Amino acid sequence: MQVNEYKPLIVAFCCNWCSYAGADLAGNNRLNYPADVKIIRVPCSCRVNPMFILRAFQRGADGVIICGCHPGDCHYTSGNYYTRRRMALLFSMLDFLGIERERTRLEWVSAAEGAKFAATMNDFAETVAALGENKRLEDLRCKK
Amino acid sequence: MQRIGVFVCWCGSNIAGTVDVQAVSEALKTEPGVVFFTNYQYMCSQAGQDIIIDAVKEHNLTGIVVCSCSPRMHEATFRKTAAAAGLNPYMVEIANIREQCSWVHKDMASGTEKAIILGKAAIAKVNLNAPLTPGESPVTKRALVIGGGIAGIQTALDIADAGFPVDIVETKPTIGGKMAQLDKTFPTLDCAACILTPKMVDVAQNDKIRIFSYSEVQEIKGFVGNFDVTIKKKARFVKEEICTGCGACVEKCPMKKIPNEFNLGMDNRRAIYIPFAQAVPKVATIDPSACNMLKNGKCGVCSKVCTAGAIDYTQKDEFINEKYGAIVVATGFNPISMDKFDEYAYNQSKDVITSLEFERLTNAAGPTQGKLLRPSDLEHPHTIVFVQCVGSRCAACAEKGKEYCSKICCMYTAKHAMLVRDKYPDTEVYVFYIDVRTPGKNFDEFYRRAVEEYGVKYIKGMVGKVTPEGNKLKVRASDLIAGKQLNIDADLVVLAVAIEPDKSARPLATMLTASMDTNDFFTEAHPKLRPVESPTAGVFLSGACQGPKDIPETVSQASAAASKVIGLLVKDKLKGNPCIASANELMCNGCSTCANVCPYGAITYIDKEFPMFDRTMQTRRVAQVNPAVCQGCGACTVACMSGAMDLRGFASSQIIAEVDAICR
Amino acid sequence: MQKVNRDVLLEKAAAMLDAGEVQAVLGWGAGEFAYDVTPRVFETSDELRADFVWNDFCGANLSKYLVSKTKKLEGKLLVFLKPCDTYSFNQLLTEHRFEREKVYAVAVPCEGMADVQKLKALAGDGISSIESTDSGFSVTTIYDDAPVEVKGADVLLEKCANCKSRKHVAYDELLGDEGEVLDSNRFDEVERIEAMTSEERFAFWQGELSRCIRCNACRDVCPACTCEKCVFDNPNSGAENKAPTTSFEEQMFHVIRAFHVAGRCTDCGECSRVCPQNIPLHLLNRKFIKDINTFYGEYQAGAEEGSRAPLVDYTLEDLEAEDVFKKEAE
Repeated sequence: MQVNEYKPLIVAFCCNWCSYAGADLAGNNRLNYPADVKIIRVPCSCRVNPMFILRAFQRGADGVIICGCHPGDCHYTSGNYYTRRRMALLFSMLDFLGIERERTRLEWVSAAEGAKFAATMNDFAETVAALGENKRLEDLRCKK
Repeated sequence: MQRIGVFVCWCGSNIAGTVDVQAVSEALKTEPGVVFFTNYQYMCSQAGQDIIIDAVKEHNLTGIVVCSCSPRMHEATFRKTAAAAGLNPYMVEIANIREQCSWVHKDMASGTEKAIILGKAAIAKVNLNAPLTPGESPVTKRALVIGGGIAGIQTALDIADAGFPVDIVETKPTIGGKMAQLDKTFPTLDCAACILTPKMVDVAQNDKIRIFSYSEVQEIKGFVGNFDVTIKKKARFVKEEICTGCGACVEKCPMKKIPNEFNLGMDNRRAIYIPFAQAVPKVATIDPSACNMLKNGKCGVCSKVCTAGAIDYTQKDEFINEKYGAIVVATGFNPISMDKFDEYAYNQSKDVITSLEFERLTNAAGPTQGKLLRPSDLEHPHTIVFVQCVGSRCAACAEKGKEYCSKICCMYTAKHAMLVRDKYPDTEVYVFYIDVRTPGKNFDEFYRRAVEEYGVKYIKGMVGKVTPEGNKLKVRASDLIAGKQLNIDADLVVLAVAIEPDKSARPLATMLTASMDTNDFFTEAHPKLRPVESPTAGVFLSGACQGPKDIPETVSQASAAASKVIGLLVKDKLKGNPCIASANELMCNGCSTCANVCPYGAITYIDKEFPMFDRTMQTRRVAQVNPAVCQGCGACTVACMSGAMDLRGFASSQIIAEVDAICR
Repeated sequence: MQKVNRDVLLEKAAAMLDAGEVQAVLGWGAGEFAYDVTPRVFETSDELRADFVWNDFCGANLSKYLVSKTKKLEGKLLVFLKPCDTYSFNQLLTEHRFEREKVYAVAVPCEGMADVQKLKALAGDGISSIESTDSGFSVTTIYDDAPVEVKGADVLLEKCANCKSRKHVAYDELLGDEGEVLDSNRFDEVERIEAMTSEERFAFWQGELSRCIRCNACRDVCPACTCEKCVFDNPNSGAENKAPTTSFEEQMFHVIRAFHVAGRCTDCGECSRVCPQNIPLHLLNRKFIKDINTFYGEYQAGAEEGSRAPLVDYTLEDLEAEDVFKKEAE
């Protein structure tokens, strides 16, 4: 494996009903996005615990994106509304701690939006790659 | 430690084209727990599945990882394969290396590398998988239908026809609903009573159906298959089982000036009454607000004339508890109030009426015995103006009207106009409309006949003002096509008033924890694919409570709801989705945070005793998840601070293992 | 100097204990040093008379102890609550953490409590006695016989210097006069950090958090952290980490702790008060409070019993996560 070129590591949490299906559709339509994006399937975006996001960062992820059904379309009627509040507050807190705000994102992707899924992943991967490696959360408690 | 088998699928060249499947299976063999690995052209084929089954048996596998297409495609297939091999189906995890890898990455090296990582994540997850069994709950084989209009009647008949007992709860003294008030029905012009009343009789005679008329649903507890309902049977002061419906009491009742609801107040009834001749149940009801005997103990005539001895002035409200497996909401609709529409002078003139009042006016059993006479002077009207979309499609007037289209008005207005011209060819009939919407079988033909054969004058435009002057109604309107103002001296104005859900729907939705839209129509579980089910399991929707509907549509939805109910009641036990939340009682704080975010009301609390370290017992409040109600979204797991709440199949430890595997 | 003096509290509690109206009293007890006041359960009026303390060092919020102490008693527990403590009291009731009928809550007005760290900074270590004066304290140390005069206003606890309310929001009985909800400047420091660049913020927090020794004092004192078992001690949470195999827990402990109390934290300031490393942990909580106020409307946890916390609520029109930073810029 060659590691000369910096490749970001991106973890994408996708809800089973909309965004994971959207990712499948991107595949069906052969819409490319970087292999740096690794998807974890969750039943609903509201299953994503802030702990999972921090864990990913701490273990070396450079960006974490959460994808869920559009507001109003949640399979479980209201899960994504809770996600929206939780993530708004969490992202704001990470920014407050000096973690780059571009490393986290919440996107609504429907099962019909394969193209949006691919475009979102391309854009996010590019943004994260431009930031470079994520060191800050790991280093938050170690003063060099 | 699990014994895991890894099966990498080529999917022909779909995966093998951009992922080195051999390298993937080789790379995964050293992962923790992996004791067997292989790859094959089509894992989902019978031959591929046989490889899995043989491997499970030969290597005593406890977990399976299939690196293949999306789990949305073949998770169910491989779960069945696992079951066939004697494994718990939930010991299977899929690494999606087709849709989310080989199909989106062109480069073999990066595709292979990613496939390996996805495989590792799936292996990490399977290592923490536990066998899951769907929970089972019994089904009470009885249905409750709330509302006894045509929707409720049809649903009840269909359910009863399948052999299940059904109870209908109706707030009025009789079933029949709005359809019983109609004269003719479009587009065939059958008389409503002729097609409805036989069904009402069928309901009365069906020994599977019980009718709770003059009753309300008081309380609903429980969940799908096991609803516990309290029904309040209001005192009607007549013993239902004794009354023969002979009507002698009604004839002799001295209180004669009570506005008759059935005829929309256009004539009067007595204090003791039977709403109409074909009422079901055909029993009298005493209106306690009008009866002298009940108000001040002075009268008792009905009791004296009743030879059956059915009158009981001491009757009290009765509360009935019953268990149901399914609940059908069929609460129907009402025309909206005209109080805020002063421009049409509805409250100023008796000759401005609603379409429903017009139905009674033309009905042979109505206040004029079916003769078209205007209410103010009982003269025959020579010029009639029909106004459509009164309060419908009214985004600008949301505070008094409705934004939506009421759907049925175009057709019944065409019907009214046609019937008038048919019976009274000397009458001039105008219809003012925004659009004429006729999207139904034989609907447009019907409307064309009104225009072309019966000469109804359809004018595109809205009525601006109706002013009573002498015995005429001055109608000011615009003709949009001719581009001019019209002034018509009408004898009768008929308003096609918007319809809205019955007021009882909102509190009922709260009791059912069923969701509603902003207009108080019940929301369906899916607008296209599950149109007769509420998102709340075990609650079904029939008729206009879900949205404006005409009779054919209402009946088909009623039957559809019935078939869904039958599909539920025919089961002895309900098998749930095993991937649901559960609370670890030892860690639960009983703080109610999880219950606050649960969209299904699946979480309740009990006080439970726990042994403490010092050998005393301590009572704590702990959460309990109802497995029949939980749908497994996981909102509660994040709301729970202590982590006591976790989701089976998507446990925190499993997701974190996946994160670690990906980020390693 | 507190307006209501010790005797008023003592006699109230002693009378109720002696009359058997309450079974025990949750108050503040004398420690080894004058400033070393700790929460304590008194079971007899003699114990009370010997050790009960009410002075300017009673910063401890007693509400949290109701969770465990009420469970151990058959009868009622009398508890003294300062205004800020009553917010925690309500929040705990909202979350069903103790039974209201087992508690007799006595509200005590508070003029602000002293921070012993600040006192030591001004008067020196080795404090042997502290006398209250009209303007503050007269402090004697073991190194010097001449007392040092310290102004009370100079040694207020952070939470008192930015007091949000002198009004009690819950009690059975009030001793003294009721105060008002105050306009505090409690978000100033949060705003100062927000105004920094991302690098400066990171440096700031790295500087603060690198001192953390994970003693768990913040968690143990927090009235919102009353979990039967903390998620960080829960082997099934995926976050449990007692043995130092990775530094995972270390990095995210404070963020997750703040997130868990978001919308529930009443800003009682106990976390920062007890931190032996003087990490301004309350700023994390205040950041969440400030964000909640900005994004979803003013919300004060504990102001009303039974109110719905912002994180277990939503509106269809909530702002999107990506709009968070736009909103802050406004």
